[in-house]
Amino acid sequence: MRNPIRSEEDAFRFVLLTIGYFALIVIGSVINVWLGVAVFVALTAGILWWFVVRRTDAEAPVRQAPAPHAPEHYRVLVVANETVGGAQLLETIRERIAGRDARVLVVCPALNSPLRHWASDEDDARSKAQERLDASLVTMQGAGIQAVGEIGDGDPIQAIEDALRTFRPDELLVSTHPPGKSHWLERGVVEKARERFALPVTHVVVDRP
Amino acid sequence: MSAAVEEHHGPPPIHYSSRVSPSVLGMFLFIASEIMLFGSFFTVYFFDRVVNHSFGGQWPPPGFHRPAFVAGVNTLILVTSSFTMHWADSSIKKGNRAGLQAGLVLTVLLGLAFLLTQVIEYHRIGFNTSDTSFAATFFGLTGLHGAHVFVGLTILTVMMVRAFRGHFSPEHHHGVEIGGIYWHFVDVMWIVVYVTVYLL
Repeated sequence: MRNPIRSEEDAFRFVLLTIGYFALIVIGSVINVWLGVAVFVALTAGILWWFVVRRTDAEAPVRQAPAPHAPEHYRVLVVANETVGGAQLLETIRERIAGRDARVLVVCPALNSPLRHWASDEDDARSKAQERLDASLVTMQGAGIQAVGEIGDGDPIQAIEDALRTFRPDELLVSTHPPGKSHWLERGVVEKARERFALPVTHVVVDRP
Repeated sequence: MSAAVEEHHGPPPIHYSSRVSPSVLGMFLFIASEIMLFGSFFTVYFFDRVVNHSFGGQWPPPGFHRPAFVAGVNTLILVTSSFTMHWADSSIKKGNRAGLQAGLVLTVLLGLAFLLTQVIEYHRIGFNTSDTSFAATFFGLTGLHGAHVFVGLTILTVMMVRAFRGHFSPEHHHGVEIGGIYWHFVDVMWIVVYVTVYLL
């Protein structure tokens, strides 16, 4: 869920909504006090419902495709966090780049708690993600895969979106723990990625990193 | 297997894509603390209104008159100032400096008109802070809001001076954006104060 007020424009829209909200309550109260209370309850419940339920649905993904790049390289974007050094993932990357002049970018989202995220306190999350990424890049190098890596946004979908703009991949690999152990699967990250991004998305399950 | 190291330019140094910028976040946190402050005043007001039966359940107590019409006109003035503020912000985003300047001047004038009307209202209202708890909460809430209007006006005046000195551009107008958010907050709080204190 995103903060609905992110700019002066949003704040101004909020002013207009506030006027409408209170105008209806006052009109209801003028007719009858209990009608005013009913309008207040109904409007407040409606707003809460819209904010919590409807708004989440309304964030329908805009399907995005990466901008085209020179055809001589095949570009693979790998998004993984704890599973970033997993054997299954390494094997899949190897398959994808076999016999190709390929470039691999590994994005490790800096997972953070919602409270810290809102307070922009992400140093710790980023440094932990950096440690995982560094170790994984060394593992990959040992496995004959040359890749570069970067820390992404705490939201994996946002991290993919960011990387799409700068890396322009041909394929996306999303690595997760198996179902039942994976938060990302629980949150439908793979499905969302398939819905939102117009490029082949492969889900790699890594049981043990 | 020939995987080359990608020479990539990387993302922006700080990821802002999924959150607000630190300065805007700071303003939101400040506003959140302000909402709590107003919340405590509203709590006192409603407590007094619901619990205090000294006047036979009459609200406001007998002999007290709330100048709802004058405050209504004042509400219109303040709501209009939100429109002019939004005009100023939209103008600078389009590179229209004259619009920014005119919008800010109008917003400051409307804000001043609001404060002046409130001072006159206090002068003529016919009761004082020490006349019953109703009077105390009335002056507490409206006075607290008035203080915020004063702070907002100070911010707006600084913005206005900067606008006339050639500051701000379509790319750099953070000062207008943040000041605008604060002004809209002041407006929203007045709508809540007006409805609860003067109308209901």
